[in-house]
Amino acid sequence: MNAAPPLEKDVVPDPTPPENGLSFVEEIHNLLHASVGNPISSCIQCGTCAATCPVASGGFMEHTPRRIIALIRAGFKEQVLKANTFWYCASCYQCTVRCPRGIDIAELMYGLKRYTVWKTQYQKGLIGPVFSETFVKMILRTGRSYEPILATTYIFTFGLPEMIQEAQNGTALMLKGRLPLLPPRIKRLENFKRMIRRIIPLGDSE
Amino acid sequence: MKTYAYFPGCSLEKMAQSYHLSALETTRVLGVELKELEDWNCCGATAYFHVDELLAYTLSARNLAMAEKEKLNLVAPCSGCYKNMYFTREHLLRDPDLAEHINDALAEDNLRFSGSANVQHLLEVFVHEVGLKEIRAKVTNPLKGLRVAPYYGCQILRPRKDHEDIEQPRYFEELVGALGAEPVDYPLRLRCCGGALILTNRVAALSMVRNLLESAVKAGAAVVATACPLCQVNLECYQKQVNKEFGTEFYLPIMYFTQLIGLALGIPPKRLGIGSEFVAVMPAIAEARDADPVPTGK
Ligand code: SF4
Ligand code: SF4
Repeated sequence: MNAAPPLEKDVVPDPTPPENGLSFVEEIHNLLHASVGNPISSCIQCGTCAATCPVASGGFMEHTPRRIIALIRAGFKEQVLKANTFWYCASCYQCTVRCPRGIDIAELMYGLKRYTVWKTQYQKGLIGPVFSETFVKMILRTGRSYEPILATTYIFTFGLPEMIQEAQNGTALMLKGRLPLLPPRIKRLENFKRMIRRIIPLGDSE
Repeated sequence: MKTYAYFPGCSLEKMAQSYHLSALETTRVLGVELKELEDWNCCGATAYFHVDELLAYTLSARNLAMAEKEKLNLVAPCSGCYKNMYFTREHLLRDPDLAEHINDALAEDNLRFSGSANVQHLLEVFVHEVGLKEIRAKVTNPLKGLRVAPYYGCQILRPRKDHEDIEQPRYFEELVGALGAEPVDYPLRLRCCGGALILTNRVAALSMVRNLLESAVKAGAAVVATACPLCQVNLECYQKQVNKEFGTEFYLPIMYFTQLIGLALGIPPKRLGIGSEFVAVMPAIAEARDADPVPTGK
């Protein structure tokens, strides 16, 4: 059908060369091996995903999901990895259920997040990656999540204006008795930690 | 009496305690027992899937395996937890190698996943298991004249599970109707509230909240009903910031559907956790009652 719409000028017309013999498209395919959706090669660039995405249609994404797919297929690894698109994806699955080609776009966004976390290549100043890592570490320690710890990390990492905003909200919740004062822990924590170590080799996460 | 393994999830411990309380109170009246899953762990929220998929599956699998041990189906009030556990089960059933790998880890906690316990959202338990007829029959204080905007949000519907209508669902509206209230139709009822972005991209999240509130208010809603703690907190607790950011004047109560059911069943508001919200709920309820009084008691 239609050819992919031309990429805009800000895109350097020089796809990144393959790493370890794998092209970027292949890497992304491998990343999504577990996904039940169709491969991104079946994308027809119809733009349904971009139009239904509440974040992209609000103008908050550098590249729409459609464009990210075009960039991946054209091998623009760098531009893709440094984009904010997948960090600003709210995982609402609107794109996934509407895509006429049955591509699981939300899962692709998750995949790109994981890829950049592994390779620590995420765009500087983005809050998403730090937040996710903090969250994971906390659960590895206690088995449960605890909002104030999240807020604190957030505060330390991202400075004053946001901090005040978040702290105000946090304090208000606390005063209304809606936040616990001590982090909850599960009971069989030792078993739990051993279980986790079977899945990912960890140093002591304390 | 029907019994379920109940997975409250981290946010219901305190942040969304009113959801927890109202879930327990209402199910009791309707003959459903929610037995809290012993020693449950966090479902992984979305953060886990950002970092390590396998780990995310393991966390959910532990909860599923514990429900299996109790020979009970699992019910989650949080749409995020529900989605995670639902799809972990699907995935492990489809991929025996993966299940084996995870079972190897679960053995450290003397657990094993087989897939025998299924996963439901609390809203589904009310609508499909208890049934609207049964609920209607137990209503003593119909919420007449109360215009309610049922908010589905995302994860309860998406990604597609097996049977349900994800483009034009009506069951939430029907539930609201069964309580004697008036369900309000508004365009954004299935849209994402942006909850997952509130810490990571505040402006995007706030603008999504604004759009939703606007859509509900324009349709004449007096309250919004939610079935997810993240949506509730996002839509309620950030109204002030939305107003500041966009110069709007929203003051729209955001209630859990279980609180509405509770009121219609005649349970005192306090026992439903009503009273700890930023946007007061009772004035809107009272206003509807005054405009359309129904005799109380019989
Ligand atoms: S909706 Fe599907 S086919 Fe259309 S542009 Fe998006 S990914 Fe491609
Ligand atoms: S899942 Fe992400 S990319 Fe897809 S519509 Fe939702 S926010 Fe947009």
